[in-house]
Amino acid sequence: MSLRDNPLGELRVPLTWTAGIVFIVVLIASVAILLSDRREAFDTDAYGNPRTLSDKVMAPVGSALSTPGRLTGEGVEGVRGYFFAVSENRRLRAELENMRQWRDVAVALRDTNERYRTILGLKTDPPIPMATARIVTDSRGPFANSRLANAGTEKGIKPGNPVMSENGLVGRIVGATEGVSRVLLLTDAASRTPVMVDRTNSRAILTGDGGPNPKLEYLRGQDPVKSGDRILTSGDGGVFPRGLPVGVAVKGLDGRWRVVLASDKAAVDYVRILLFEDFTQVADAKKLEHTIAPPPTPGASTLPPPVPETAAPKPAAPAGATSATVAAPAAGAAPVTPAPKTTPPAQPAAKAATPQPKATTPAPKAAATPAPKTVTPAPKTTTPAPKAPAPKTTQPAGTPP
Amino acid sequence: MSSGGARPLAPWRWLGVPMLWVMAASFVFAMPMRFWGLGLPEPIFALPVAFAWAVIRPSMLAPVGVMVMGVYLDFLWGSPTGFWAVCLLMPYGIVLGVRSFLAGQNQVMMWLWYGLSTALAIGAGYLFTMLDTQNAPNWISVGWQFLATVVLYPFADRLIDRFEDADVRFR
Repeated sequence: MSLRDNPLGELRVPLTWTAGIVFIVVLIASVAILLSDRREAFDTDAYGNPRTLSDKVMAPVGSALSTPGRLTGEGVEGVRGYFFAVSENRRLRAELENMRQWRDVAVALRDTNERYRTILGLKTDPPIPMATARIVTDSRGPFANSRLANAGTEKGIKPGNPVMSENGLVGRIVGATEGVSRVLLLTDAASRTPVMVDRTNSRAILTGDGGPNPKLEYLRGQDPVKSGDRILTSGDGGVFPRGLPVGVAVKGLDGRWRVVLASDKAAVDYVRILLFEDFTQVADAKKLEHTIAPPPTPGASTLPPPVPETAAPKPAAPAGATSATVAAPAAGAAPVTPAPKTTPPAQPAAKAATPQPKATTPAPKAAATPAPKTVTPAPKTTTPAPKAPAPKTTQPAGTPP
Repeated sequence: MSSGGARPLAPWRWLGVPMLWVMAASFVFAMPMRFWGLGLPEPIFALPVAFAWAVIRPSMLAPVGVMVMGVYLDFLWGSPTGFWAVCLLMPYGIVLGVRSFLAGQNQVMMWLWYGLSTALAIGAGYLFTMLDTQNAPNWISVGWQFLATVVLYPFADRLIDRFEDADVRFR
């Protein structure tokens, strides 16, 4: 039986209309997918399985395809190095000479820094472990700036980890799976990075816009930045550690302050992923709230004598207060809670540490700075005592001003 | 056989093969390569194909193909899922709607129309990015991507030339 003999043979589907209907259905489906995308959450669950799967497929393909380009680049560099070895050697010698001077300065500064830390009892950040990865794909458009790196969860990489090249900060991880992770660049329109101006310590938010030079937004104060200022991460918010080099401030053509990224000095092919975890990520705040502090060690020399619960309003007494009990209200720790339960073990320890270098101060400058700090609490308690702690402690007692 | 002339165009020839070319070209241009300190441009290779598909003939598979290319670009470039699918479908739908008006126009006029559809796609991308990130994308970068995409019209023209008359029902 031929098609014409079939009773449905003459039935013709209006293709233009059906194509139009299919188009509308597909458009609605695409809009629904776009609206349901939760990229802004930037956590592993929101990153999604399809994206993870596609990254897993694209990473090895990208790695294989980029190999010829990488090898060619290395070959060209090798040839260039061979022909320009003498001039390069001269340049490096001059740089080494300069760096030796900087090394001496750095050693001296490190020594001074260590002394200051000891004096102040500062708790410095622990060293951050790193993972090395190679960039295998790169998107540079105005709407998305991200890269795939060929290292993932097997190396401990998690969303939020900062990514650096040898020159400076590149971005942060927004998705990670086995063998691959996606890096959101500082230039992406969705990227926001808390930074500071090295010279003035002014804070700003580095906002990407798809261009090569992200903007400095929310700058405060008068002339907080000028052209050529170094921009570093501020560490605010806990996503990045403090002090990572970001770039140099420049005035953009649009009159806004922008940053020439340090990582743009050279091609970003290899990156270091800092396995940085802020204490806010490590600590379970809810659990900490319910944690009962251990009792103080009996007989410890750094502890103040146990104070009975009924002695809580005692801080109101200005003259009789010892230096250890004054320290707590000054720090704003716990004027209401009894001293032995919460912070006192830390407070007296710092107190005990500070006066020691005061007596044996070797450098006059080092002694000059901490000395007023340790001395000031004493006058506070004696003469202007009603100034700082008075509003908090004396008001309930109802003492006349 | 008298039905030979009316045989419909095989979808894999005018939909499948160009789509694979788009995916391959987009991937190659996403390689982290720099020449004399400059990175490769990032043209939207899917746009000339979507434009050509709309001009060649109405099809039920073509919008699905446009959507697949868009989602692929989202995964490749790291944009929100569905972003490029919507950005590509908008000019596709408009060109499909004015298809009869475009028929028979010379190459320069067609290039102009292609430029308008590119502007529409990138404009939609600009708007979506602004709504999503509450941040306006950089005009210079947008302009570069527009230029890099507009110069791809010869690919669309070649595709139109090759398949416009392939299906006699839509001549």
